[in-house]
Amino acid sequence: MISSRIRRLWNAYAPEIVVTILLILAFVISGWREPRFLDAAYLFDRSTLYTEIGLLTLSMTLIIVAGHIDLSVTSIIAFVGAIIATLYSRYGIPFWLLIPLAPVFGGFLGAVNGYFVARRNLPSLVVTLATMALYRGMAQILLGDSSLMTPPDYTGIERVTLPHTYLHTPLVIWITLCLVFAALLHRTVFGRYITVTGVNPEAALYSGVPVAQTLIRLFTLSGAMAGVCSVLLLSRLGVARYDHARGWELDVITAVVLGGTSIFGGRGTIYGSVVAFLLITIVQTGMGVAGVKAEIQVTAIGLLLLLAVLLSRLTTGRK
Amino acid sequence: MKKLRFFLMAFGASLTLLAGCKPDTPPASPTATSATPPTTATEAGTTTATTSAPAGKVRVVYIPKNTGNPYFDGVVKGFEQASKEIDIDFSTTAPAQPDPTAQISFIKDEIQRGANVICITPNSVDALNSVFDDARAKGVKILTVNADLTGNESHRDGAILPTDFDKLGANQIELIGSLMKYTGKFAILSATADAPDQNFWIKGMKEALKDPKYAKMELVGIVYGDDKDQKSVTEAEGLLTKYPDLKGILAPTSVGVAAVAKVVESRKVADKVIVTGLGTPNTMRRYLKDGIIPAVALWSPPEMGYIAAYASFGMSKGDVKMTPDASFKTGKMGSRIVGKNGVVIAGPPLVFTKDNVDKYDF
Repeated sequence: MISSRIRRLWNAYAPEIVVTILLILAFVISGWREPRFLDAAYLFDRSTLYTEIGLLTLSMTLIIVAGHIDLSVTSIIAFVGAIIATLYSRYGIPFWLLIPLAPVFGGFLGAVNGYFVARRNLPSLVVTLATMALYRGMAQILLGDSSLMTPPDYTGIERVTLPHTYLHTPLVIWITLCLVFAALLHRTVFGRYITVTGVNPEAALYSGVPVAQTLIRLFTLSGAMAGVCSVLLLSRLGVARYDHARGWELDVITAVVLGGTSIFGGRGTIYGSVVAFLLITIVQTGMGVAGVKAEIQVTAIGLLLLLAVLLSRLTTGRK
Repeated sequence: MKKLRFFLMAFGASLTLLAGCKPDTPPASPTATSATPPTTATEAGTTTATTSAPAGKVRVVYIPKNTGNPYFDGVVKGFEQASKEIDIDFSTTAPAQPDPTAQISFIKDEIQRGANVICITPNSVDALNSVFDDARAKGVKILTVNADLTGNESHRDGAILPTDFDKLGANQIELIGSLMKYTGKFAILSATADAPDQNFWIKGMKEALKDPKYAKMELVGIVYGDDKDQKSVTEAEGLLTKYPDLKGILAPTSVGVAAVAKVVESRKVADKVIVTGLGTPNTMRRYLKDGIIPAVALWSPPEMGYIAAYASFGMSKGDVKMTPDASFKTGKMGSRIVGKNGVVIAGPPLVFTKDNVDKYDF
């Protein structure tokens, strides 16, 4: 009876279970091999470095569950940052006015992706590969090779913690949005539309799912999240540059796939992505504080991904 | 429903795992933690020194731009040389890619690992400001090596720069001038047309040429090889064709000078055209020994690392202040004077010839 329930749970959530076990293992091994790892102040402080990747993991999960990909998110971070910094330092617009505009700019850039994917029926891989270069290029046109500073009193959001805890502001934002995105994917009609679109877009369309509208909203949401990340990154670094956040989209996709979301769409949980993201963070932190060389860190993440995928597939016989 | 329940349960579990409620007593400081006995595993792939430094030893780490860059291997050699002479525990680590923010996690990790001094060749002049501030608030000294945080000097304790770049142009003109006996036509083969370093040096060269000493030398042209081998070869061949009486080519770029040497060798004009510029001993050794080129100059990365190690040691012990006009001793390299903004110049460029090139390995 119990074993059959476990069996059913395993069949449904093998990847999530695998990454959860790996996360616990990574934590225990890191703490055991490296005493300097077990320092809450250090762990929470260092995790703020992954704020933007953690946030993008949430929206990327939705995109991939819908059977698509968004490679342009990190370019949107750089471009929105460039727009905001330019408006602030060259046109003197108050910075506090620009902060709420960041998700709006980001959302617009995401909607452009959505338009080409949903209305023009172009593959999202191609569209966002193009806008990845386009938005990065426009950021460089705006800023050149120079950097623009943000106001000093806006810098350092990652140093502000919730009273009496180690929870830095970006972590609080991330945890809140984890819950919001979990509810969005697993509890709302929009979330259902995303999943059925990912399972089979044509069947979804004939069942009355507004596929195009869902996709446009989804890419807009992805862009808006990148906009939020942009203002957080500006605060963390205190400076806008065209080459910030470059290459992070691959870290984001790695976390989503490691968390059990099918790259072909139709299957995935926010929980899996969140745990996979924490797993990568913990593994990198553990190796970092143990002084493991960068090339070995990269290799380990690659092996981890392969291992997790193999473990969850072999035993369930999932194709 | 089941899905959600499972999700909430597991999510809660993971939060509990991570929940960091701050204890009322302050947690052990990084330095206190690092004083624990060195039980740390030295597993394969860890850096040379993973265990905690014994009391009294100064822990110095050097973070270059990225791994696998031979130039920075030279700097590391200098640090290693110095660490045999003074009581420092040296290690080096770097990100895989030279991205502007990639060094941040390495800095945080090294603070946690108990570094006393972090020497770094920064990938960004401003994105590292806040992590440098954190490190210094915890008593860790920050010393930039090879490049400075131009405009943000207040975020680091000092800087060790390879050579006095203001004088490099004049230095190069004197080098080619002495080789050409101060007479004849010569040309410059540079990197890209908008390379800031080379353009700054070329400005210095033109300035230096106004000296009556160089009155019989004529700069006939400047060409750009874009720091690409093939383009540099083509441009050098163009120069030789256009100016049959050319006596010298000055290439202040390591890619360029190697390409020009190759052209002079294949055209068999080494006895007529003098080639010199900036290049590393390892890439130019063959041309120097075969008599294709008489000499080539470059500042010495190992010397820079060596001096940075001595500066780090002194700063950590409190003997060296990186304030203008202060000075400190650097073992066999003599003493160095701290300049404006806490900048220390490692030394004038070294000149490599067939006689001394084997003494250098970088």
